[in-house]
Amino acid sequence: MIALIRRDLRRSVSSGGATLVVAFFLLVATLFPFAIGPDAALLARIGGGVIWTAALLAALLPVERLVGPDLEAGIFDQFAVRGLSMVSVAMAKTIAHWLSFGPPLMLAAILAAGLLNLSAETLLRVEIGLAIGTPGLAALAVVTSALVAGVRGGGAVTGLVMLPLAVPLLIFGAGTLDAAGGAGAIKLLAAVSLVLVAGAPFIAAAAIRAALD
Amino acid sequence: MSLGFRDVACVRGGRLLFSHVSFDLAAGDAAIVTGPNGVGKSSLIRIAAGLLAPFEGRVACDGDKALLTEAAALDAERPLVAALRFWASLDRAPDPDARVARAVRALDLDALADIPIRLLSTGQRRRASIARVAASEAPVWLLDEPANGLDSVSVARLEAVIARHRAGGGIALVATHLPLGLPGAQEIAL
Repeated sequence: MIALIRRDLRRSVSSGGATLVVAFFLLVATLFPFAIGPDAALLARIGGGVIWTAALLAALLPVERLVGPDLEAGIFDQFAVRGLSMVSVAMAKTIAHWLSFGPPLMLAAILAAGLLNLSAETLLRVEIGLAIGTPGLAALAVVTSALVAGVRGGGAVTGLVMLPLAVPLLIFGAGTLDAAGGAGAIKLLAAVSLVLVAGAPFIAAAAIRAALD
Repeated sequence: MSLGFRDVACVRGGRLLFSHVSFDLAAGDAAIVTGPNGVGKSSLIRIAAGLLAPFEGRVACDGDKALLTEAAALDAERPLVAALRFWASLDRAPDPDARVARAVRALDLDALADIPIRLLSTGQRRRASIARVAASEAPVWLLDEPANGLDSVSVARLEAVIARHRAGGGIALVATHLPLGLPGAQEIAL
């Protein structure tokens, strides 16, 4: 399992994984001030939501590389022949994927908070939300990647499959920013994230097994 | 260890590729699967590997398997030995480093040990995949077109590696359209 996580991390680093995600995230976060104008109060009000949207879009970037290339290279055939369970392979992929984009994204959110004039209090809420939400996002990414792996032109479908499923994460993630109802939203965010993390490896494993056939 | 097919049939995309395939391989045995393109040689190997379910019949395999397919399954960016080491560490047999070293020597890949997989030629990559199978030291080898892209020296090396595997009590099931010298091998014509 650790060997699998290390392999995926190494592949992600060598293909510029975290750098790309962080650059894209910051780029999206910068677009909003350009589009909306330099109204500091307005930016501070929408900033947390902007960060969540940017994080979601950035998380889409590496999705195609997670499962498809390995399937083509016969990597999963070799796992199966060695009797490794596809569920643990999918779990390893989820962990590796989260490590490669979750923490870098949380660091980049600090920068984005500066760009968007967020208060320290809001930033803290964003960071807590991201820490809870990004594992769910990683799990969703692995499932999506496994589901579209065998599809021709999977790239275009990826966003269509993943974004609607990520809407609960976005709603509750942005909900945690609300000072009044924040605590409830954090619990719901954690619940959604937990369901995704717990269920995703099984769905991804089934999708990979179907693709092997 | 043994590998047996009992009246196995294979259906792909609604088409019956072959049926009533039966054979038994015991320690030291080998079988060559022959037949024209598209007759289901690769599917037979995948059924033996447990990646495809047979449409009909039973497959019994006792012992760890090592599979060679068209895809090398080696990470393009990694140096040859590191890529082999990854798979060797996932195999059940102990001491992955020694197994990789033996396989690299057997396939004459020493000079390429530090070269990334993506820089290898087709034939070298094929030899690297054969080294992955050899390094597994699994008793049952399932080889799909192992001689593709190999020059005559490498084909001789491949034959020697398979012969040594069988001498050590291993089983080899080989699908090939190229002539391959496997003394005493059963022929399974599809």
